[in-house]
Amino acid sequence: MHLPISDKIELNILHQNSHQAEKNKVKFNNYNLLCLNIMSSPGAGKTRLLEITLEDLSKKFHSAVLEGDMTTNLDAARLEKLNIPVIPITTGRACHLDANMVSGGLKLLEQKINPYSLDILLVENVGNLVCPAEFEIGEHFKVALLSITEGEDKPLKYPIMFREADLILITKVDLLPHLNFDINELKSNIASTNPKADVIEISSITKSGFDLWQDWISKKILKFKNN
Amino acid sequence: MHEVDMTKCLILSIEEWAEKKNKKKIVVEKINLKIGEFTCVEPISLINTFNAAVLGSWLDSSEITIEKIPFEGKCSKCNKLYFPKKENGYKSPCCNFNLEEIISGRELKIASIDFKEK
Repeated sequence: MHLPISDKIELNILHQNSHQAEKNKVKFNNYNLLCLNIMSSPGAGKTRLLEITLEDLSKKFHSAVLEGDMTTNLDAARLEKLNIPVIPITTGRACHLDANMVSGGLKLLEQKINPYSLDILLVENVGNLVCPAEFEIGEHFKVALLSITEGEDKPLKYPIMFREADLILITKVDLLPHLNFDINELKSNIASTNPKADVIEISSITKSGFDLWQDWISKKILKFKNN
Repeated sequence: MHEVDMTKCLILSIEEWAEKKNKKKIVVEKINLKIGEFTCVEPISLINTFNAAVLGSWLDSSEITIEKIPFEGKCSKCNKLYFPKKENGYKSPCCNFNLEEIISGRELKIASIDFKEK
C-alpha cells in the first residue's frame, strides 16, 4: 500500500443531476420550447393554477405539462381534461422531480406530440418547499407559489426555494378578508430573501392577478422565441 | 429526504472519478465535501445516508468529511460583507438593505478525495 494521495476535484455534488439538466435544457432550446418549473408546498394551488392558466394560455400557445406526483395520477387526470398533452411522472418515494425524471417525461412527451410544435412546457413539481429548490431540471424559469394560509414567515423559513424563484405567486388572496394575515409583512419577507423576484398576487376563485400572470408567461415565451 | 438523492449523485460522481483512476487499484479513504450554510443540506443526514448507502460496497471503508462554508452576503449599499441572519430577514446590519449578493454559502461541492493505491 502506498501513501495517501489527495486529489482535488472541486465538483458539484449534484453534478450528475446538473449534467442531465443541462442536456434537458439543450433539448428545450432545440425545440424552441420554454420550460417553467412550478414549485410550492402541497396544497398551495399549483394544479388549480395550471387548470385556469391553460384554459386561456393553450388558445394562444401550444402547451404541454409534465405532472410530478409522489403516488397518484390525480392531478394529471384533472389537466388531461383540458385536451393538452400531459405526462404524469410518479416519483415514488422521492419528494421532488430530478433531471432524469424530467428527461424520461420528455421522452414520453416526444412520443405523444411533435415537440417542435410546442411553445411552452409547464412542469408541476412535487409539493415541497425544500428539495425541489436544489434540483435543477433544465428549466428556463422557476415559479414558486406561496398561499397566504401558509403564513408570512415562509420565505424566511424556506429561503432557498424563494431565493431561487424568478417569480413568486402569492395565491389564495381571496381569503385575505377572512384571515389575520399581513400581506405587507409577507412581501417584505420575500424582498428580504429575494429582492429581484417578480411577485404577483393571485386568486383562483376571483381570478384576480391572472391577467398579470398570463402576461408574464406570454412575455417570457415571446422573448424566448425571439432570441 | 433529499439527502438520499444527493448521496446517489455523490456516489455516481465518485464512481465516475474512480473509473478514471482505475477503480480496482485504489482504496478511497476520505471524501472531503464543502457544504454551504445556505443550502438545503443537513450535514449529519448526508453523512448518515452515505454511510448506509455504501455499506458492503467498495466505498464501505471510506469516510465523509464536511467543511461548512459560512453564509456570507454583501451589502448592496456600502459593499460591506456580512453574515445574513434569518432573525434579521437576511438584511445587512450596516445599512438594513435586503440581501442581493451572496458571496458564499451556496456550495455543494466535492472538494477532494483522499485515496491510496493498492
